[in-house]
Amino acid sequence: MLNLGLSVLPLARIQFAETTIFHFFFVPMSIGLALIVAIMETFYAVTKKPIYKTMTRFWSKIFLLSFAVGVVTGLIQEFQFGMNWSDYSRFMGDIFGAPLAIEALLAFFLESTFIGVWMFTWDKLKPGWHALMIWLVFFGSAISALWILAANSFMQHPVGYRIDPKTGHALMTSFAAILTNKQLWYEFPHVIFGALVTGGFIVAGASAWMIFRKKWPEFFRKSMRIGLTVGLIAVCGSFLTGDQQMLYLSHQQPMKFAAAEGEFQNVKSPASWTAVEIAHTNEHKADFKIEIPYLMDILTYHKLSGSVTGMNETNAKLHKKWNKQFGKNMNYYPPVNTLFYSFRIMAFGAVVLAFLAICGLWFSRKKKNTIGKQWWLTLLLTVATFGPFIINTCGWLVTERGRDPWVVYGLLPIAKAVSPSTTAGSVLFTIIIYFFLFATLGVFMFMYARKALYKGPEGVGDHESYDTEDPFSKEAFEK
Amino acid sequence: MSLLQLLWYFLIGLLFALFLILDGADFGAGMSTRFLATNYDEAALVLRTIGPHWSGNEVFLVAAGGSMFAAMPMWYASLFSGFYLLLFFILVALIFRGVSFEFSENAETRKGRNRWMWANFFGSVFIPFLFGMLFTDMIQRLPMDGQGNIYVSLLNVINPLSVLGGITLTALCLYQGLHYIALHTAGLIRYHASAMASNLYWLAYPVEILVVIALYFQTNFFETHLISTVVVLALIVATTIWGQITSATGHEVQAYLASTSTIALLVILIFVGLFPNLLNAENPAHTISIVNASSSPYTLVVMTIVACILLPIIAIYFTWSYISQFHRISLKDMEDTNSGY
Repeated sequence: MLNLGLSVLPLARIQFAETTIFHFFFVPMSIGLALIVAIMETFYAVTKKPIYKTMTRFWSKIFLLSFAVGVVTGLIQEFQFGMNWSDYSRFMGDIFGAPLAIEALLAFFLESTFIGVWMFTWDKLKPGWHALMIWLVFFGSAISALWILAANSFMQHPVGYRIDPKTGHALMTSFAAILTNKQLWYEFPHVIFGALVTGGFIVAGASAWMIFRKKWPEFFRKSMRIGLTVGLIAVCGSFLTGDQQMLYLSHQQPMKFAAAEGEFQNVKSPASWTAVEIAHTNEHKADFKIEIPYLMDILTYHKLSGSVTGMNETNAKLHKKWNKQFGKNMNYYPPVNTLFYSFRIMAFGAVVLAFLAICGLWFSRKKKNTIGKQWWLTLLLTVATFGPFIINTCGWLVTERGRDPWVVYGLLPIAKAVSPSTTAGSVLFTIIIYFFLFATLGVFMFMYARKALYKGPEGVGDHESYDTEDPFSKEAFEK
Repeated sequence: MSLLQLLWYFLIGLLFALFLILDGADFGAGMSTRFLATNYDEAALVLRTIGPHWSGNEVFLVAAGGSMFAAMPMWYASLFSGFYLLLFFILVALIFRGVSFEFSENAETRKGRNRWMWANFFGSVFIPFLFGMLFTDMIQRLPMDGQGNIYVSLLNVINPLSVLGGITLTALCLYQGLHYIALHTAGLIRYHASAMASNLYWLAYPVEILVVIALYFQTNFFETHLISTVVVLALIVATTIWGQITSATGHEVQAYLASTSTIALLVILIFVGLFPNLLNAENPAHTISIVNASSSPYTLVVMTIVACILLPIIAIYFTWSYISQFHRISLKDMEDTNSGY
């Protein structure tokens, strides 16, 4: 096909970023919303209050939209390892294929079968049994994360394998080791908490927007509180798990850790934390550093002393270790600015979300509900709806770009993973079509979700007013 | 060749066959929204019959692809990278079909809903057509290097056999869908579906004859597997006749079983015809076979244990999801449910 002086490798990487980032907008959204919808329906099954049934049906509309887009963009993932990364598939097939196949058998069948049952049995199954269906969907989608992360964890930290001397491919020697990979058990809870943050803040943010617009305030206040509760617990959970993961990284992947902290030089104990810098990755130094003493030790090691190995020293070590096998020209520096700022956006964003969740819960409490008057808070919460998408993406940028130059850490460089038979022209073509396709999906998905939101509970056939301000109540007279 | 390699070859074939049989009906139903349905309400009724099941059915494709990756990674890697653009268009079709159900549900106006029904229709036509091309492309001799990389030319993708393969699979899915609709609807459309199927079966015979000719010239099936190929082809013709007669006489269950068998036989034709190779190279030394494409014995053991535990459980709840929701839907039911939703 066309030869535009482009090579396949960077294009294939751009396409992988494009398809995985777009896919991962909807994965955490559907996992998180599945849980919230399941909670709402369980409330209904237990209390039998019609408002919870309305809530379940209302939020399920947005959940089902995200689920649909998540599933179809997930199909791309299944295909593209073979399509764009055939040498990777050959190298890793013995290990990577198994979790992928188990994901389909264990998780996708569960979620896709029971979501079909759930959608069409509102009037046929008793509320408790019907709620069980959506719980199965939630477990299916959460379990799918476990298996795909098992595969990803191997790429971050290979365990339970040997290299076939004849073919040079990696072979599985211990399935148990792959499943008990420490990396996996740091990653998995962090990703699940991230998904719950996403679901929680979508429900909370969309509700806050409706409260700001003064539509069905009581219905949306209740929804918002469920969203914020899930969101706040999940933000705390992702902080704890993320903190553990960073500590683990500091000795497991020191290069990624140092890049996320932007430290080229070794930092002696007590280590200060860099808040802002401009890194020059190629020159191995950074300008405009603003540092806060002791904070690095407090954040990382939870004490007041401890040193950090900088990228330059790690780089020298890695060259010594791998020069024989992979040559002197390997560049072990990941893109430092990307990691440094992604990490900060993620962590800072999470702090902001936690703060907003606490404010939201405080002002909307039943005893003294003034959320309708806190226009600043409802607006901020509306903006926060989009926060988790950025935060999730930043988290993955740290994890995946921080593995540079490896696709499988220490075993396979990215350059050796790409399909030799694809042409730059065809990959460029698919990148462009994917772009327009995703734009179309994104626009329609957003439009339909917004429409469902604006119809409010009436959109699902509930014409209750859900207005807190009863015109005949005592408070109304006193005003 | 080890027993486990054989087992996984069988399982991959089984999963692809189940995908084409079950989701094939969904594609057929999607096509029927324009071929069979005479108005918008009938089209919506047709889609309603597959509504609860299509997403579960599609997982068989994911499971088939995943099993291919896990058990025979060299096959997966070579096939998917070699037919890059063909698979890309399959993905595009799957994406449009996949979102169309939910998007048409959410579209405000009839025009908006209609737009996504068209997306469903085109997806449902192109998915089986392109898969038909892929399955008939991959059984021909391919330009491959020693690493298994396939460098296809346009002729390797679009050729008489592959176009016929595409038409065959599309037609089979349409029959399957019409039989499915006849089984799941009440009212006039039920009888129209059977009648349409029995008429459309006339198309099948000339296509089948052309496929046999193309198979003879473009594959080595008749050299390597003469008897089994002839037997399977004869059975395909027999099940086609069975399907036509039963749909003409209104034996709806039998008609569905007939087209199901035809699709299964088509997969058998391909998987038996290839055996023990997976991809035949123009240079025979580069051919990929079950033996040199398979994962290590350890991985196959792990996967076999997992499959032995999970497949029966899946079979139980998957069947339950069909049985528990089986009822004939009429246009009147649609009005009733619409007001509730």
